[in-house]
Amino acid sequence: MKRSFLLFFLITVAGLILIGRLFQLQVIKGADLDPNHNAAIKVIYDYPERGYIYDRNGELLVANQLSYDVMIVPDEVKQLDTLEFCTLLKIDKEYFKRKYKSAKRYSPWLPSVFLKQLAKEDFAFLQEKLHKFKGFYVQKRSIRNYPINSAANVLGYISEVNEFEAKNNPNFQQGELIGSSGVEKSYDSILRGIKGKKFLHRDRLNKIIGKYKEGSFDTLAVNGQDIALTIDSELQRYGELLMSGKRGGIVAIEPKTGEILALISTPTYNPNMMVGRQRAYNSTILMDKNNLDKPTFDRSLQASYPPGSPFKLINALIGLQEGVIDTNFGVYCYGGYRYGNKKNAFQKCHCDIFGGPIKLNSAISKSCNSYFSTTYRKIIDNAINPSEGMDIWSNHVKSFGLGNYLGYDLPVGSPGLIPTGKYYDNNYKFSWGATTTISNAIGQGEISTTPIQLANVTAAIANKGFYYTPHILKKANNKNIKNPKFTVPKKTTIASKYYDPIIEGMHTVFKTGTGKSSKIEGIDIVGKTGTAENFAIINGIRTQLEDHSILVAFAPKDDPKIAIAVFVENGGYGSTIAAPITSLLVEKYINRKIIGNNRKWIEKRMIGLSLEPIYRKKEQIKKLTFKD
Amino acid sequence: MRVEKNNIFYGIDWILILLYMMLVGFGWMNIYAATTTDENSAILNFSTRYGKQLLWILLCVPLIILILFFNSKFYEKFASILYLIGILSLLGLFVFGKNINGAQSWYSFGSASIQPSEFAKVFTTLALAKLLSDRQYNLKLIKNQIKAFIVIFLPAFLIALQPDLGSVLVYLAFFFVLNREGLTLNYILFGSLAIILFLLTLLFSATIIISSVFIILSLLLVYFLKRNKGYLKFNWHKVISIYFVIGLYIFSAGYIFNNVFEQHQRDRFEILLGLSKDTKKIGYNTNQSIQAISSGGGFGKGFLQGERTQGNFVPEQDTDYIFSTVGEEWGFVGSAFVIILFMLLLYRIIYLAELHQNKFGRIYGYGLASILFFHVAINIGMVTQLLPTIGIPLPFFSYGGSSLWGFTLLLFIFIKLDANKGYDL
Repeated sequence: MKRSFLLFFLITVAGLILIGRLFQLQVIKGADLDPNHNAAIKVIYDYPERGYIYDRNGELLVANQLSYDVMIVPDEVKQLDTLEFCTLLKIDKEYFKRKYKSAKRYSPWLPSVFLKQLAKEDFAFLQEKLHKFKGFYVQKRSIRNYPINSAANVLGYISEVNEFEAKNNPNFQQGELIGSSGVEKSYDSILRGIKGKKFLHRDRLNKIIGKYKEGSFDTLAVNGQDIALTIDSELQRYGELLMSGKRGGIVAIEPKTGEILALISTPTYNPNMMVGRQRAYNSTILMDKNNLDKPTFDRSLQASYPPGSPFKLINALIGLQEGVIDTNFGVYCYGGYRYGNKKNAFQKCHCDIFGGPIKLNSAISKSCNSYFSTTYRKIIDNAINPSEGMDIWSNHVKSFGLGNYLGYDLPVGSPGLIPTGKYYDNNYKFSWGATTTISNAIGQGEISTTPIQLANVTAAIANKGFYYTPHILKKANNKNIKNPKFTVPKKTTIASKYYDPIIEGMHTVFKTGTGKSSKIEGIDIVGKTGTAENFAIINGIRTQLEDHSILVAFAPKDDPKIAIAVFVENGGYGSTIAAPITSLLVEKYINRKIIGNNRKWIEKRMIGLSLEPIYRKKEQIKKLTFKD
Repeated sequence: MRVEKNNIFYGIDWILILLYMMLVGFGWMNIYAATTTDENSAILNFSTRYGKQLLWILLCVPLIILILFFNSKFYEKFASILYLIGILSLLGLFVFGKNINGAQSWYSFGSASIQPSEFAKVFTTLALAKLLSDRQYNLKLIKNQIKAFIVIFLPAFLIALQPDLGSVLVYLAFFFVLNREGLTLNYILFGSLAIILFLLTLLFSATIIISSVFIILSLLLVYFLKRNKGYLKFNWHKVISIYFVIGLYIFSAGYIFNNVFEQHQRDRFEILLGLSKDTKKIGYNTNQSIQAISSGGGFGKGFLQGERTQGNFVPEQDTDYIFSTVGEEWGFVGSAFVIILFMLLLYRIIYLAELHQNKFGRIYGYGLASILFFHVAINIGMVTQLLPTIGIPLPFFSYGGSSLWGFTLLLFIFIKLDANKGYDL
């Protein structure tokens, strides 16, 4: 037995090593039972239909349509008559070669898209002939269709998931469709539904040899849910029409709910441009950096402008809350406000009320700069030091939702800017005070706000001290939204009683003040015009450009149904462009139509008014600058 | 008693028969799993691989009866003649052989082919047993050692020329037999050391190996000199020649590897040692095999449920890679069970061989155990990526009539020898 020990020993050792190795492979490394990561299993996705999008009145805004893609499996492609094939698909030979190569590079045995989104007629014709060409087949796909020719900035578009996104998110495959802007993006998870999965068992040659585990892992597709937006599509379309030839943003909100009634950004584009075969071509035009129209830039959400005179309302409210002014407080104005001893320490005023005293109501209705500069200065100087005073002021302003992202449910935005004490401490090396920042009194200077922020301020005034975060989603799957983010009111720091004199002042604006030519018969509209100076650095020199025309308003006065903010870039005085547009929109929303010849004349004039020459001039200046 | 002795089943070891039947039966189930398709599921379909294998298995029954029918003395007496026939059949391949997969290892009869190298193991074992069991034979003599080497390496050499290097490797197993019968262990030790040195040379540079080997050798030398003062005579010639031979070997290892080895053999080594990345998918078989085995997990996916097996992901799965089917469908439990079956078979053979009073039977049994051990260890080692790809079948499991018959012959001759061991004295 002694001599047989060696073999005996080796058998035992080898046996134990092999069992150990198997233990390592099978038990420690373990079974890959997840059918998603198994080379022998092919997952086929069943894509659900994307949910439809309706407006607040049930009008269909976004639907689906069938589209037909020609697919290619390069390894299955046999010798073919390229010329005939190209003629059939209406493509050139270069395209054929390029697509074939890229498909082969992606994968020789997996299908890739060869030609996207055929027209229905082409498909019918092709269907009969395509069987001749091995390796090609037609795949039906569902793509978006926009029955309304507006609200592109609200609705957004869907795109194919790119390689990068697919890598970072295991739920997506490259080429799947995903919302990439607007509502399509923010409510993608509701609209998209859940894709169904079928697990098929395949052999090493990728040939399907049956269902995997009798389909026990398979899941059914769940269709996307329909949603209804808060948008009033008629108002939206009308606003876009009124803004034709003008750049700017309009936001209308229902104060009682925070629902966004209209979100207009012009120049805009037809949402159908981002669908179909022309999409690639169109998107390069729309997103071209040299295109100063910037149609994909949502001016109603992203553009931050100096708010101008409407900001005076907030200053007045803060003044009342802080007790530095009351409704009887008066200011004398002699065509401007002198805030220092220096020659240029003078702020002009166009209120045309010489002498005084000017009280709050007329200060608002006539937009007196001197009055609000005095008020602002009192607010800042009321504290121990300017920095402290500025912080108190800033906190009040921010309680209106300014100076930060509002938190609405659309994917783009801008925080705007509301300076704090620290901001000036950092920016001014020398000491500063209320007079240094006096422009804040009249909504100029460092302050900037977006149209939606200003519309929200107006809603807060209409509600006398609170607002609901503006939102675009009204119903998902036929149920009203319950998100507390949008259904719980947010309070401003100003007591409710201080709003009454302000609203009265705003009422006077349309009765006898700067907005009197835009009043509406039968509707008590209250608001505030604004004319914001704006500058651009051209050739290193700060150059003043045409003023922005601004207006905020809500109506009716006693039961506010709509709060609105209108910005028209380089539109001049608030009373000349923004005011008539606002009043037309308000009338349209409340009366559903424009009544009276005078009003119809204004409507026609607004639609026809184009600011293009001014914009072209602006571009000319810029182009000249670039040449130098 | 005469009657009983003439009964062909008299004295046979039923434990071995049971183990054999379990291995062959389980093996066939796995071949069925690896080759079945959904379209034809009739078991007795001889156009399929599993159908053919079943036919081979059924034909084993008359073969076994035939083996058991002969007197056990027959094998001892005719060992030399059978050996000669075996050698002739190997030689005949160079004239009549059929080339399959680059090796001229087959005789073709219509749709069936026979691989003589599978049977050569039987003849060699018989001849070696006959040679070593001679009363005049003494393995201590170099002359006799050379005789044994010739018996072993003549068929190995002919097989190497086919070329079928995997099968050649198996002939090294006979060194265990020689060692059992008195050959010094130094051969096996030197052989193992040479293989280890060879692999180390591939892994590290020759200079590193040579310097470390020299340091170890010198330390050993100093240790022994100090311990046995005067007893061990210091012989400069010997020491220098040892150094020289080892140095030469290390430097030639690289040369042999690069110039004697074929490219595909180099690839296999390099991939296993992690020297080169497998960009050309040379390790594809083993990779797929590893994945199939690990995917089986602890308890396997169940008979005919292994999607890698059913999807034919592992190439050659019914032949050399049959164990991956076991791994996938029967899991760790099934794989370990197969290994334990083989271990039991080997233990049983060695145990029975050692009981033999007759030298021939003992040597034959030992040869059988060594060959089976080599086959099993190399095959499963390869399938689980512990060894480089060496294409030899798993005994009783792998698809193939020649292999099955070869091993059946090998085993049942031993069973017959064992059955009659009491009467041979």
